[in-house]
Amino acid sequence: MTADAAAPVLVAKGVTKQFGGLVAVNAVDFDIPQGSIVSLIGPNGAGKTTFFNVVAGLYEPTDGSVEFAGREMIARGRRAWAEPLVWVLPTVIVMLVGVLLEQLTKSGAELAVALVIALGLLITMFLLAIIRPPIYDRLLYRLGIFKSARPNDMVVAGLGRTFQNIRLFKTMTASENVMVGMHSRLHASPLDAALRLPRHRREEKEADIQARRWLAFVGLKGKEQETARNLAYGDQRRLEVARALASQPRLLLLDEPTAGMNPSETAQMTTLFGRIRTELGLTILLIEHDMQVVMGVSDRITVLDHGDKISEGTPEEVRRDPRVIEAYLGKGASA
Amino acid sequence: MSGRSGTGTPPVAAGGTGRSGRASSPVWRVALGRVRAYMGRHQSLSIVIGLALFATALPFIVLLPPLNGFGTQKDFIGGFADAGVFVLLAIGLNVVVGFAGLLDLGYAAFFAIGAYTYAYGASPFSGLDIPFWPMLLVGAIVAAMFGVLLGAPTLRLRGDYLAIVTLGFGEIVPVVFLNADTYTNGTNGITGLAQPSAYGLFGVNGFGFTNPWPYFLTVVLIIAVAFIFLYRLQDSRIGRAWVAIREDELAAASMGINTVTTKLLAFSIGASTSGLAGVFYASKLSIVSPDQFGFTVSFTALAMVVLGGMGNIWGVAAGAFIVYEIQAQGLKQLGAFVQSLHIPTFALGPMSVDLGSINFINFQYLLYGLALVLMMLLRPEGLFPSRRRRSELHESPEEAAESNEELVQA
Ligand SMILES: Nc1ncnc2c1ncn2[C@@H]1O[C@H](COP(=O)(O)OP(=O)(O)OP(=O)(O)O)[C@@H](O)[C@H]1O
Ligand SMILES: [Mg+2]
Repeated sequence: MTADAAAPVLVAKGVTKQFGGLVAVNAVDFDIPQGSIVSLIGPNGAGKTTFFNVVAGLYEPTDGSVEFAGREMIARGRRAWAEPLVWVLPTVIVMLVGVLLEQLTKSGAELAVALVIALGLLITMFLLAIIRPPIYDRLLYRLGIFKSARPNDMVVAGLGRTFQNIRLFKTMTASENVMVGMHSRLHASPLDAALRLPRHRREEKEADIQARRWLAFVGLKGKEQETARNLAYGDQRRLEVARALASQPRLLLLDEPTAGMNPSETAQMTTLFGRIRTELGLTILLIEHDMQVVMGVSDRITVLDHGDKISEGTPEEVRRDPRVIEAYLGKGASA
Repeated sequence: MSGRSGTGTPPVAAGGTGRSGRASSPVWRVALGRVRAYMGRHQSLSIVIGLALFATALPFIVLLPPLNGFGTQKDFIGGFADAGVFVLLAIGLNVVVGFAGLLDLGYAAFFAIGAYTYAYGASPFSGLDIPFWPMLLVGAIVAAMFGVLLGAPTLRLRGDYLAIVTLGFGEIVPVVFLNADTYTNGTNGITGLAQPSAYGLFGVNGFGFTNPWPYFLTVVLIIAVAFIFLYRLQDSRIGRAWVAIREDELAAASMGINTVTTKLLAFSIGASTSGLAGVFYASKLSIVSPDQFGFTVSFTALAMVVLGGMGNIWGVAAGAFIVYEIQAQGLKQLGAFVQSLHIPTFALGPMSVDLGSINFINFQYLLYGLALVLMMLLRPEGLFPSRRRRSELHESPEEAAESNEELVQA
């Protein structure tokens, strides 16, 4: 990746997420510079995972917005009331034209044709609204209607993630899991697949080779055909990373990737973060409890506590910040 | 059983047999292993060979005792053709329920839509006379379109809610056909549908009521095509996406899968298979009426999928065939058999019981119910489970608990 190092890949502005009365994330501003490793830390329940889920498109924020790769992707919907108008507008226009032509020519055929076209358009718009392909979202955006991105839109835009408690597809093999990760980068249609067109076969072959490469990259060579559930715990964590990498993200969100690992596994994982940055050129946002890991790999650290951002800076700055010490060790510890 | 595994990696097996030949020594096992490996690599060919063998063997098997005592070969062949309809229904429903994990209780709606499509395309009622073969395609496409239209509003729902809504759709469709008299002839249905023509191929001209053979061969052909397409879809990015959604929808979406589109695809592909079955069924009976497509059809297809082994195409097909034959032949013969024993009427408390007079066909759904209950207790993965289902249903208790955890921990 050769993007401008100064341009942040992700900008969160005043992100707030409320669950009922509980403010899990409170007006958090956050920048992730391209090519950096940024960590998000904080005591249990601080709102780290919630922030991740907002950024990944899983939760619509209560307030604030997230810009990803220079585009506004996530925020509360705007002018949602206008969307149904967009659905019926083409239909109405076609019907009006039909009636007009009918009046001019008095033949009656135009109206019937217009009716059929109008019905087709209505069904098309209805399907577009449900499937929400990128063109549809862009069309709405042009018209000033904004809908927050879904998780799959964020993946297409270049965001990959892992989960705090592993969420692999357990009955699939390691290699199949990685291939699911590639889903948005593969393009074979059902027809391509059903007819085994060369395009589909080439793509599948390539996907298989790539899946092996990703598995080898995270250190799972030779375990391609193992069922995910049968893998050792540490291997499952690594497989999640491989699956996320397979979607060719620009930004990788890792939610406590070393949780439950022993020191040697943790060290391997830490090495992997470095390689992801240097060899793949990715940007990483890391949630991590292990302070040694955090201090070792992070360029910048942001600290959350009870949903508030209480500190931000280099590892050295954060380590010395009295508010951080207080949040972790309780009041009085910083005195 | 199922030859699934990552594409391009050596698939383990495909085809009809269920054991795994992994042992080392005997020659026949090694040979079997070779055959399996070959079949894994040539999936479509092995489907064709497997079905061809089956279709060739069946007509001979029914000539053997005791089967030959139950009816003529012709009767059996006609019955097999009807069984084929349910095989198609079951493998189509398997895409929705088995692959994508969407419980659809109104699947018969698409069967009805396929059948009525043929009725409009080739009957005196509409005045059209479009040949059977293109109508197969038309029926599949129309059913697929309705699959999308009926599926679209329901797909935000999950589990139980989806089941209820599809149940509603399944009831609405026959009711519409029943009440829109002017367009559907209401209760009487549409009659006199044209029968297919084979254009003199193999010396067969018309498909007649008296000759079930062409129907039998046709349904085997349709099943073979459906099998090949479904196997290929299962082994593609779409098949993987279905499984991913079934296992963990949230993780699937977070891996870039558009869950709505993918579920709609499952719905429409399942519906199109059902539409094929509908066209074939209508042409064979030469009549369509709303009462042929009630809830019992949806239920029967679902029972076949569950008993056969959700997610495994061959297993589901075998399940459908077995269930259909038990229902159509087995129960009838059971009645005849019990009758032939001449068990005298005996008293059971205040009742007098005459076993010989029992019509077992009346107990069909009771027996289904029993079979399903037993199956769920003893072998929840079905008779011929897919590798996936088996491993899923035998997960450890901790894992089961874990997978019940809430989104809170996403
Ligand atoms: N879906 C939800 N519904 C209701 N409350 C939620 C939900 N998700 C999180 N919370 C609450 O929001 C708060 C923040 O939770 P979050 O999971 O973001 O914390 P965290 O910083 O990731 O903690 P940990 O280190 O334990 O993972 C907690 O009080 C949690 O109970
Ligand atoms: Mg967390």
